[in-house]
Order: sequence, then structure tokens, then C-alpha cells
Amino acid sequence: MSDIAERVKKIVIDHLGVDADKVVEGASFIDDLGADSLDTVELVMAFEEEFGVEIPDDAADSILTVGDAVKFIEKAQA
Amino acid sequence: MFDLTGRKALVTGATGGLGEEIARLLHKQGAIVGLHGTRVEKLEALAADLGGDRVKIFPANLSDRDEVKALGEKAEAELEGVDILVNNAGITKDGLFVRMSDADWDSVLEVNLTAVFRLTRELTHPMMRRRHGRIINISSVVGVTGNPGQANYCASKAGLIGFSKSLAQEIATRNVTVNCVAPGFIESAMTGKLNDKQKDAILGAIPMKRMGAGADIAAAVLYLASNEAGYVTGQTIHVNGGMAMI
Repeated sequence: MSDIAERVKKIVIDHLGVDADKVVEGASFIDDLGADSLDTVELVMAFEEEFGVEIPDDAADSILTVGDAVKFIEKAQA
Repeated sequence: MFDLTGRKALVTGATGGLGEEIARLLHKQGAIVGLHGTRVEKLEALAADLGGDRVKIFPANLSDRDEVKALGEKAEAELEGVDILVNNAGITKDGLFVRMSDADWDSVLEVNLTAVFRLTRELTHPMMRRRHGRIINISSVVGVTGNPGQANYCASKAGLIGFSKSLAQEIATRNVTVNCVAPGFIESAMTGKLNDKQKDAILGAIPMKRMGAGADIAAAVLYLASNEAGYVTGQTIHVNGGMAMI
């Protein structure tokens, strides 16, 4: 796993209080990890803070899984 | 009951009559109180009067959007987490609507509503993270009933109620409550200037035949700030001697 993926995973575990082994690339924040809509906004804010990137609302709407978040941040930082 | 020991509260407009009563009562109940106002000397005097213990001052001009943001950041940092936010600061620029200037409309909406939005936005996210918070907005009976000569003020105070209800629904699951207190006519420097005829007219509309005291409002704020009010959100408590029963 890349460094970015590890950091994303850590944020998700801390914020949602879920088991580390559940936080896999294909895990959906809402369907698999029990996040509500407010959690997803908070996660996006946490990603922005951690990685110093800006995630516009329309991009945030397309970040549904852990893998989506990692891909977006990798692209934004490239 | 209503013990606030260890809680951190920020009260805006704390040097006004109502704000001071609120700040004093929250302090008396054990809270660490952040006093916001525009005049440093008045803030320092109130802080000294409270004994200088469990009190910090935060001067800021709420008409300046950058200062509002900075106020939120500073209060959150220096109080090490604001648990209770009391948006009390407000101004009036009265005048009949047909003669109301853009400037008088804008300045009242800016301080009474936009500053509340910006300050609350700064402090809400940390409250959500801590899974605890109390946001209490001081509205007014005229925000619900209207009042001739106060279209700007009434719009701002009605706006606070809608704002509070929306925010209350968004963050209820995070244990952050958002409520309003709507005072009626309260004894103050402003109402003290009214002549007897004006006073009689006002009292005629109040079933209790007297104006309220700042302490009456502070008590409602204390209730909403307390642990005991944890299941109360999105509400407006009217404290008006029966003047409007809504």
C-alpha cells in the first residue's frame, strides 16, 4: 500500500471507529463502513487538511470508496 | 442541576446588558467564560469584576468578516475547545421600511446574522468532533411577530431561527444542540429611555404588566447550555411575560 493509502486508511479508521481490516480499497464509506452523510463531509475535510489539497464539492460527491479517495489525492498531488 | 463546571463558553456581545447577565450566570455555574465585545476596557472591567479567574476576553468587530473568523479560531485555541457558543451580539438601525437605506439593512444583517453564520461555522466542526456542543442564538420576539420600524432587525432575528433549525437537524447526531432564546421587552438602557406613555403602551401588551430582566433571559440560556437540555434542539424559548404566545 502506498503512503497516501496508509494515511487515508488511518483517517478513516480514526474517524469512523471501524476495524482496520474492513478499510479496504473497495469499501464504500456509507454502505460498508457505516458512515452517514455528515461523516463523508468530515472525512473530505480531514483529507483536505492531511494532504493540503482542495476537494471541490462535485469531486467529493464522486468519492464513495476508500480507493476513490486515494486515487483523487494521488492525482491532486501528482 | 445546571452545573457547567469545566465547560468553556463564548458569549458574544458580553458587554451589552443582556450579554453581561448571560456571561455572569454561566460563570457563576462554573463555566470558563470567553467574553467577546468591541471595547477592550469594558471587557477588561467585566473580566476583573468576575474575579479574573475562569475568564478570557476576545475583542473583535463583528462587522469585519476576517475578524469574525479570527475570533472563532482564537476562542477555540485559547479556551481549548468551545463547548457553549452564545451568539448574543446584535445591533439595531431602526427606521420605517420605505426610508430604510441599504447601509442600514446591510449592517444589521451583517452583524446579527452573517457574523453568527461565520462564527458558528468556525466552532461547529470542533464541537462535532468532540461529540458535544451547545449553540444558543439570541433571537427576539419581534423576529416572529414583526415590528414596525425594524424590518432589518426582525429579518435578522427571524433568520436566526431558520438558521438554528437547519443546523440543529444537520448536527443532531453529533450531540450538538442548536436553539434560540427569544426575549420580549427587557429592562435595559434602551428601554429606560422610553417615556411613560411609551412604557404604558408596551406594558399594555404584556400580560405580566412588567418588562423582563436580563436574568430572565440568562436563565433560559443556562438551561439550554446545561447537560439537562441535551434532548432539546431546534427550539426557540420565548421569554416575554406572555406578550406573544407562539
